[in-house]
Amino acid sequence: MDVDIARVEDTSRELYIRALKILPDDIKQGFERLDRVETDAGGKRVLATMIRNIAIAEDTGNLLCQDTGIPIYNVTLGRNLRVDGVDLEAAIIRGCERATREHPLRSSVVHPITRKNRHTSTGRRVPVINVAFSERPDELVIEMIPKGSGSENNSWLKMAVPAEGVAAIERFVVDCVLDAGGKTCPPTIVGVGVGGSADLCVHLAKIAATRALGSVCDDPEGAALERALSDAVNELGIGPQGLGGDATAFAVHIEIAATHITMNPVAVNMQCHSARRARAVLTPAGVTYGF
Amino acid sequence: MASDRSVTLGTPVTEAQVRALRVGDMVTLEGTLFGIRDATQIHMFDRGRRTRFDLAGHAVIHTAPNVRKVEPSTAFPAGYEPVCIGTTTSMRMERFTRPLMRDYGVRIIVGKGGLGAESLHAFGELGGVYLAIIGGTAALETTWIEAIEDVDLDDLNPESLWKLRIRGFGPLQVAMDSVGGSIYADVDAKARAKRAAVLAKLGV
Repeated sequence: MDVDIARVEDTSRELYIRALKILPDDIKQGFERLDRVETDAGGKRVLATMIRNIAIAEDTGNLLCQDTGIPIYNVTLGRNLRVDGVDLEAAIIRGCERATREHPLRSSVVHPITRKNRHTSTGRRVPVINVAFSERPDELVIEMIPKGSGSENNSWLKMAVPAEGVAAIERFVVDCVLDAGGKTCPPTIVGVGVGGSADLCVHLAKIAATRALGSVCDDPEGAALERALSDAVNELGIGPQGLGGDATAFAVHIEIAATHITMNPVAVNMQCHSARRARAVLTPAGVTYGF
Repeated sequence: MASDRSVTLGTPVTEAQVRALRVGDMVTLEGTLFGIRDATQIHMFDRGRRTRFDLAGHAVIHTAPNVRKVEPSTAFPAGYEPVCIGTTTSMRMERFTRPLMRDYGVRIIVGKGGLGAESLHAFGELGGVYLAIIGGTAALETTWIEAIEDVDLDDLNPESLWKLRIRGFGPLQVAMDSVGGSIYADVDAKARAKRAAVLAKLGV
C-alpha cells in the first residue's frame, strides 16, 4: 500500500478530537464495574458524576475534560507499506495543529524554559510520535493519546537493585499510589514498567497506563503481579478523586522488558479516569476509527 | 466528619458565611467565579503584576479553559465563547493560597485533588474554604457557565485571569474548612495506616 499522506494528516486531526470526546468502551465498562462494588456513599456519588459527564460529553459533542494533554501519536507500520517517514511525521504534526486551530482546542504545550505557548499543541519534539512495526500487511495504525497533566505529573522511576527483589517493585507501586492521592484524578490506571533501561522502563509504564482495560500483561509473571497489585491498591481507601472510597484504580497494568544483571528498575505512570485514546486503521479500503 | 447540609452561596461572600461551612457541606455557587492558574499566579505573586479585578470575598477556580475567539457581543462580552471549561490539579498552586487571600481577599478556592497544610492554615487564619469539584468532568462543568464576562492578564492565555458568569455551579463538596478540617488529610492518614497490612498481604 502507498500511504496517502493527506489522509494521514486528516486522520491525525480527527483522532485528536475523537480522543478528547469519546471515552473507549472498556473504560465505560470499567466505570460500571467500579460503581457496582463501591461501598462508600461519597465515592459512589463521585463515580456517578463522572459517568454522567461521559454522557453529557457525547450528547453535547463536547470534550470530556478541559485538559487537551500532551499529544501522543503511536504509529504502527505493517508490512508492505511505502511511505516517506519525513512526510509521515510532518503530516501527523499538521493534523495535530489543525485540530487545535480548527476545533478550537486549548493548546496545553509550552516551551519548557520560556513557557511560551505557540497555540498549536505542538513544539520541539511534541507531539510525541512513537513508531513500531507489525506483521500485518497493508495496514497503518495510528493511536492518539491526549495525556493529561494531572496524571502525568505523578510519574516516578526507581532504579532498584537486584538485592531488593520483586518486593521493591510492589512496595514502590503502593507508595506511588499513596503519594498521588487525589492529584491524579482517581480512579486511575496505574501503569508500571518493570525492567529495561531507565528510559525504556518509563516508556513501558506509559504503555501500561494507556492499555485497554481487560488486557493482560503477556508475561505470566507480570500478569500475576498485575492481579495482586490491582487488589492491593484498592484496599488503601483513597477512592474516587481522593475523597475516600474503594475505587482508587481501575487496574494496575504491567509491561516488562529484560534488564541488566545489576538492575531492577521500576517506573510508574498513571492514567486518570478520563482515560482517553482513539485509534485509526488505514488500509487500501479506507480509514476505520475505534479505540 | 461529614455533614449533609446543602447551601447556595452568591458571590462575593462574607467571612462569616465561609467560616460557617464545614467539611462535608455541599455548596452551589451563583454569580461570579474567577478562573486562575499556575502562570496567572506566578505573574501576580512572583513578578509583581496586579489584576484590575476586585477579588475580595470571591471564589476562584483552578482552570485554564478551551475557548473560541469571537467578536465581542452581549452573549460574549469578552470576545470569547466558552468551549470546554474544567478544573486542574490544585496542589501545584499550594503556595499561592495565602497571598490570594491576604492580598486580594479571596475566600473560596474551587479545585480538584486538594491543597496542603499551608493552605489549611491560611483558611483558618484568614477565613476560607476549599470546594472540591470532580476533576475530569468538564463537559458537565461547562453547562454551569453562562458566559466569559471579562478577561485580564490575557497575554498569559490560556492561563489568563478569567471572569466567569455562573449559574447553579455545583454541588461542590467542602473538602477543607476554616476549623482545620481536611478530607484529603483524613483520607491520606487512613490510607497510610493501611500500608503495612496491604504490603504484608502482598508478601512484602
